[in-house]
Amino acid sequence: MPPNPGRRDVLVGGIASAIGLGLLDGCATVPTAPAAAAPSDLVDLSLEVNGQRRALRIDPRTTLLDLLRENLGLTGAKKGCDMGQCGACTVLVDGQRIDSCLALALQVEGRKVTTIEGLARGEELHPMQAAFIEEDAFQCGYCTPGQILSAVALLAEGVADSDGAIREGMSGNICRCGAYPNICAAVRRLRGRG
Amino acid sequence: MRHFSYQRAASVEDAVRAGPGAAFLAGGTSLVDLMKLEVLNPSRLVDVSRLDLRGIEARPDGLRIGACATNSEVAAHPEVKRRFPVLSEALLSGASPQLRNVATVAGNLMQRTRCAYYRDLATACNKREPGSGCAALEGWTRMHAILGGSERCIALHPSDMCVAMAALQAVIHVRGPNGDRDIPFGDFHLLPGDHPEREFALEPGELVLSVFIPFSAAGMRSRYVKVRDRASYAFALASCAAGLEIASGKIRAAQLALGGVGTKPWRVPEAEQALQGQSPERVAFQRAAEIAVRGAQTRRDNAFKMELARRTAVRALTLAAEGA
Ligand SMILES: Cc1cc2nc3c(=O)[nH]c(=O)nc-3n(C[C@H](O)[C@H](O)[C@H](O)COP(=O)(O)OP(=O)(O)OC[C@H]3O[C@@H](n4cnc5c(N)ncnc54)[C@H](O)[C@@H]3O)c2cc1C
Ligand code: FES
Ligand code: FES
Repeated sequence: MPPNPGRRDVLVGGIASAIGLGLLDGCATVPTAPAAAAPSDLVDLSLEVNGQRRALRIDPRTTLLDLLRENLGLTGAKKGCDMGQCGACTVLVDGQRIDSCLALALQVEGRKVTTIEGLARGEELHPMQAAFIEEDAFQCGYCTPGQILSAVALLAEGVADSDGAIREGMSGNICRCGAYPNICAAVRRLRGRG
Repeated sequence: MRHFSYQRAASVEDAVRAGPGAAFLAGGTSLVDLMKLEVLNPSRLVDVSRLDLRGIEARPDGLRIGACATNSEVAAHPEVKRRFPVLSEALLSGASPQLRNVATVAGNLMQRTRCAYYRDLATACNKREPGSGCAALEGWTRMHAILGGSERCIALHPSDMCVAMAALQAVIHVRGPNGDRDIPFGDFHLLPGDHPEREFALEPGELVLSVFIPFSAAGMRSRYVKVRDRASYAFALASCAAGLEIASGKIRAAQLALGGVGTKPWRVPEAEQALQGQSPERVAFQRAAEIAVRGAQTRRDNAFKMELARRTAVRALTLAAEGA
């Protein structure tokens, strides 16, 4: 390093070390429960994720969101706020939508979890995924996996019978880019198609 | 998050036995959140969410709702909607669909305040750390209580469900190491007084089994109005649960409770009495609303709540009078 490091060098060095620490994803994605538990503190967990049985040994503090992202490498579910305030982490558990950041993984022992990775049938998109593309229902895409799973659940709940009901039914998913009108259009497109 | 041990209760007896010294875990939407922040640090968790405490059962004189029924299940239940529309509306106005799918009745009863200072370990909070002071008193108070506070704590009770249950005069059934007992709703949440850290009238290890809500004519003609900073997915700035029994053009019985303004769900029996015998009209509603906020103490950022609470109460009573 030169004796008087320029601003750019500092930035590059900073970014490089951030990558090294895995922090570049944004501080919100740092796992809540670091894998610092002594091996004796680990517990067994088995559940079904996207149709596959998974058996793991985990730190009891692991949230469902961290389990999916960190232990299983399924990074579709996003960590927006990590406190139940944004819906980016929405997944389905036994068909019902929940915020995976506020559930301990142990709470879903034996349950069936569906993430955005499990929605398509092979190469064929789920109709809601296709509707989001057709209606241009996203900009940056960070909230999108949660929006899509939430929308799938909303239609299954059968309460999206008006535009107002769609907006209220989707209110647990915040979109910072403000793609709301198009998200509603995507849900409307599929409503009533069974 | 601190380390803890986790155990899934196999039966109610199992849970009660494991109870003292442990924290019961239901949906986790309040507890896990506060454990991440290290505001609550239980060393043992007893998961009660899979116990057979989910049923909603009509009795001759009321509805018995299991402690582990989810907020979504209760809100959608046909008997709840028919007998207590205010409860269904209150539940549906709370949190988000995702949260309501896991949040339970008992968990909602015992959810903790959203006071920003309670949630921030870097600030003083008598509720979190007795004797450390209250940063809210001189702090940002837009989301704090104007009723029921003390010089030690003005943390707001955040629940919507509890406001409806307070108005409906529910009874909470609990089981502990010393057996079963019933707690009237109004006695369940404690005022902060000198001990804001004591929040509930529960003995160590007591498990909530169910909530009983007596049938009433006013309950069938009841509404919930919630005012907040955005259209949905936000805590109340002010809310009101109101129920009216009307016969021959006069109010025979009234139920009234406020949310978003009290350190506990704020039922006002004096306002209910003042409505009795009156015509269901604006003057009577305004008088009741006036009584409902009596004794309020506002601060820099929440003086607006006084008028907002009054208007919310008038609106809820007006809607109740109109019928469902
Ligand atoms: C972003 C966000 C927004 C929200 N918005 C609203 C809102 O607008 N309105 C509203 O009313 N609420 C709102 N909530 C709060 C939500 O309603 C509560 O978090 C939820 O009801 C708690 O239920 P739970 O089953 O998840 O409880 P848990 O988190 O599992 O438990 C909460 C407490 O109850 C205790 N407990 C649970 N079950 C029992 C039992 N059977 N016996 C004894 N103790 C028990 C636990 O030990 C713990 O102390 C919001 C929450 C979040 C995160
Ligand atoms: S990350 Fe779970 S709700 Fe925001
Ligand atoms: S598309 Fe960017 S947050 Fe929704």
